[in-house]
Amino acid sequence: MPANTIKIKAQLDGGVTTVRALISHAMETGQRKDAKTGQLIPAHFIQEVRAAHNGQPVLTAQWGPAVSKNPYLSFQFRGAKPGDKLTLSWVDNKGESDQIEVTLG
Amino acid sequence: MNNTTRRLFLQGTLATGALGVALGAGLISPRQVLAAWPQAAFEAKKIDEAVNALLGAAATEASAAIEIKAPEIAENGAVVPITVSTSLTGVESITLLVAENATPLAARFEFAPNADPTASTRLKMGKTSDVVAVVRTQDGKLYSARKGVKVTIGGCGG
Repeated sequence: MPANTIKIKAQLDGGVTTVRALISHAMETGQRKDAKTGQLIPAHFIQEVRAAHNGQPVLTAQWGPAVSKNPYLSFQFRGAKPGDKLTLSWVDNKGESDQIEVTLG
Repeated sequence: MNNTTRRLFLQGTLATGALGVALGAGLISPRQVLAAWPQAAFEAKKIDEAVNALLGAAATEASAAIEIKAPEIAENGAVVPITVSTSLTGVESITLLVAENATPLAARFEFAPNADPTASTRLKMGKTSDVVAVVRTQDGKLYSARKGVKVTIGGCGG
């Protein structure tokens, strides 16, 4: 499993928390051919992303291979205060996964 | 308590116990989470089929309350920034589709009640196409909006 694939920035402003995340992932469609071998490169893409605030889900996303390589995701939620925990995790079609936890400031 | 009642009582307890275990196992198993990925919808070749498979109906009502922010012209179809938001209330999910992609469904975002109904991401577009957003509200209604994006260099397969 690749380490530290998620970069995340969460900003609390007037009760609204804006989260911006960048994930390192190939997001292979399965339709691309290897230039050298001419073989199809197998599909490899994130299928699900989950974000939770203090353990409570705030956003769940299902993705297909049409999400760009090294996916970017931004969303907003309410009700957080400084010191709260935000977690973001992903799982791909090969069962690989990663997650990150940050404390809101 | 006579024997018959006692037996019924035990049967009831066992049945509930088994269901509880099954539900518990389903909730924590990663396989179950993966199995929930809506494969048929993501493999559908047409927007209507994808929306029907994912959201349970194909008919959507066009809504001016949905805003799609996307470039008029995308020089690189591999990375097209999209932001979708809506002033509709009680939003359960927003689904993004690229009409002309071989499989139009790109992403679905499901919102908890404390999440604002907006999301930004970047999508691959094979060629010039409409980007379609479908909002599902808690009462099960579907609303949609679309925005055309001209793509100079396609982003699928390339």
